[in-house]
Amino acid sequence: MKIVLTKDKMQIGKEQDVVPFRNRVKEYAVKIGMSLVNQTKLITAASELVRNMLKYGGGGEALIEVISQGRDNGVRLTFKDKGPGIKDITLAMKDGYTTGKSLGLGLPGTKRLVNEFDIKSTVGEGTTVSIIKWKNG
Amino acid sequence: MDRIPILRMGKFLLVTIQIDLYDRLATNLESDLVNMVNKTEARGVLIDISALSIVDSFMGRILGNIGSMSKIMDAETVVVGMQPAVAITLIELGLELKGVHTALNVEKGMELLKEKIGSSEEEPDADEDSID
Repeated sequence: MKIVLTKDKMQIGKEQDVVPFRNRVKEYAVKIGMSLVNQTKLITAASELVRNMLKYGGGGEALIEVISQGRDNGVRLTFKDKGPGIKDITLAMKDGYTTGKSLGLGLPGTKRLVNEFDIKSTVGEGTTVSIIKWKNG
Repeated sequence: MDRIPILRMGKFLLVTIQIDLYDRLATNLESDLVNMVNKTEARGVLIDISALSIVDSFMGRILGNIGSMSKIMDAETVVVGMQPAVAITLIELGLELKGVHTALNVEKGMELLKEKIGSSEEEPDADEDSID
């Protein structure tokens, strides 16, 4: 079972919000004693997702939580937007697929960087992506 | 508007990225650098990213773009100082930074640039070595 220890919310509306958000994530990762490599992976994943949210979802809300499961602590990030949603998630998760002009690494690449990855999307309503990086994961 | 300074040193352009870039700053750097290559006829571009705590796919693409654009303008690009954790993350993310050369630090990066340019043209002043 996952227990939420702390909760923090940030509104993401413009690209200048990305760096402060990354810094906030880093603070929490440092606080729970995450290794530098895992920190870097988490922050990179956060950066990808927050950028996706801005680009395709028109911004939204990012939730940062410190969670605990058994002996392990971790950081869970949830990105919620009210954008157009993703029609075909399987396709969106494929390496190299993009509807924008990016490299198409965002979602599949992010999944590789974290321990748990969950995406839910309803066309016309929005997309919610949630990731967990465990301290020792 | 915020800008990353670009320094000229002989035939090279030097950029040290000291802060985490937001998107506009990165795209500005890209166009500024290409313009500078054109204006100064630089043959090499050295980008120090030792202060960057992360390189995501966007930043990776910008670095790749700078490399490809400079190449078309007849300049080589070398990215130096990448932190080990950043390198690990980049590869897992799936970015290989094609189109740019990499070196461990500024000194090795300069050597690499000189080598690259030296092989395509006879250096008139060979002892133009930098003093540290």
